[in-house]
Amino acid sequence: MIQLQHVYQSYGNAETSVPILTDFCLTVKPGERCVLIGPSGCGKSTLLLVIAGLLRADQGLIRIDRQEISGPRRHTSLILQDYGLFPWKRVVENIALGLCLQGVRKREAACRVQPVIKRLGLSGLEQRYPGQLSGGQRQRVAVGRALATEPDLLLMDEPFSSLDALTRESLQNLTLEIAGRDQLTIVLVTHNIEEAAFLGHRILVLDGPPLTLIGTVENQLSTTGYRGQAAFYETCTRIRSLLQHCSQRFED
Amino acid sequence: MKPGSSQTQGGVGLLIAAAVLLGLWQLAAVVVNNQMLPPPLAALTSFIQLAQGPLAIHLWSSFYRAGYSILLSLVLAVPLGLFLGRNPRVDHWVAPMIFLTYPIPKIVFLPLVLLFLGIGDASKIFLITLIVFYQILVTTRDAAKGVPEADILSLRSLGGGPWAVYRHVIVPACLPDILTALRISSGTAVAVLFLVESFATVEGLGYFIMDAWTRASAAEMFAGIIAMGVLGFVLILGVDLMERYLCRWRQT
Repeated sequence: MIQLQHVYQSYGNAETSVPILTDFCLTVKPGERCVLIGPSGCGKSTLLLVIAGLLRADQGLIRIDRQEISGPRRHTSLILQDYGLFPWKRVVENIALGLCLQGVRKREAACRVQPVIKRLGLSGLEQRYPGQLSGGQRQRVAVGRALATEPDLLLMDEPFSSLDALTRESLQNLTLEIAGRDQLTIVLVTHNIEEAAFLGHRILVLDGPPLTLIGTVENQLSTTGYRGQAAFYETCTRIRSLLQHCSQRFED
Repeated sequence: MKPGSSQTQGGVGLLIAAAVLLGLWQLAAVVVNNQMLPPPLAALTSFIQLAQGPLAIHLWSSFYRAGYSILLSLVLAVPLGLFLGRNPRVDHWVAPMIFLTYPIPKIVFLPLVLLFLGIGDASKIFLITLIVFYQILVTTRDAAKGVPEADILSLRSLGGGPWAVYRHVIVPACLPDILTALRISSGTAVAVLFLVESFATVEGLGYFIMDAWTRASAAEMFAGIIAMGVLGFVLILGVDLMERYLCRWRQT
């Protein structure tokens, strides 16, 4: 369970400080898939970095599994949009990196990630460099690296935004399958309404900075076949109207 | 340009280039018709003869002076450059010093260096190192500055500490630029070498060439010039081999 209570965070120095989070509260239940959607620069990525323990909040309480966090946590994995894979490391080295950093020997780590490689359909590509893979395969490697450390919390910052539509959908299906099987808690940042509707149990429509909650869309139905159902389109419409509301506010 | 297409690759292209250059040389020798510019065959014959005798010793002294200087510059400039590139607060104070001293042609200190370090190897190695050091330092620092923040976040999210960030991200990300700087520096090192060896020494190719010149021995002089070319070629070939091994991921 993620708990954020009265979190404050700002960028810049004392004079030109921009408040990103002011008195922000959020609770995400175990196994919940929580999607954050909102305009660029509203502070949602900052929120994700704070939850990841990569950015220290100025004030407030951040707890994961009742443990207050003061740095990156072993069972939290982060997946970023374009970066994150190291082009100078082979597929297997990229996936095993988290284990290696935990002190597992290189050879043992390479063995331990074999099931993940298999599961993500990357068998036979282990010795390739990211530059030799397609965009979808690369993002699979990023997912594999995140899973290799056996996380209970997956944080994703626009993970599929640079992929073409069908590859994106197949990776969304994969995310859903993994989340279901491993009982993962997911916090996902996206710009994409369909992605939010498809992956989120709960979609938070946000605006900012400072990050403000505009509205919440509850959505319990996510399964692989959900994309074709009327309820999916209804959810999309509700998210869209909330987003339009915040862009109007922006224009005013 | 990708390293895969680097100059020393492709034996056929190299042979054709050599043939063209030798042809031009032959042409120039015929046109100039001066005994100080011998045709390539005479120069090469002289090179092969002398290479079995005194020239080899001179070539060796030049080689280890250049080699030591390059190694020393690498050992000093790379860590410093990486550190400055990643520590803006220190860089803020050190950068002005670098940029005030960088444009000074260090070779003008030759008389001073000879005065303080004597006429042995130390003065030569010091001066070459000083010049090459700056080239590598500036390139490495800029490369380290340019490492995307997302790459570092990504490694830290996997649990990597400051050393792991250098080892897995910053060093490999900067290596291609460092090797490019090294390739340029090898040329510079040989050029500076010639100058420092033309004064107050009886060892090295610089001395050999100038000595042959004062004796108007064209064949010997050209044997020295060819040896200088071989030295430069070997150094750059070395950098190329290092690049092929260390930056395999870029050849894809």
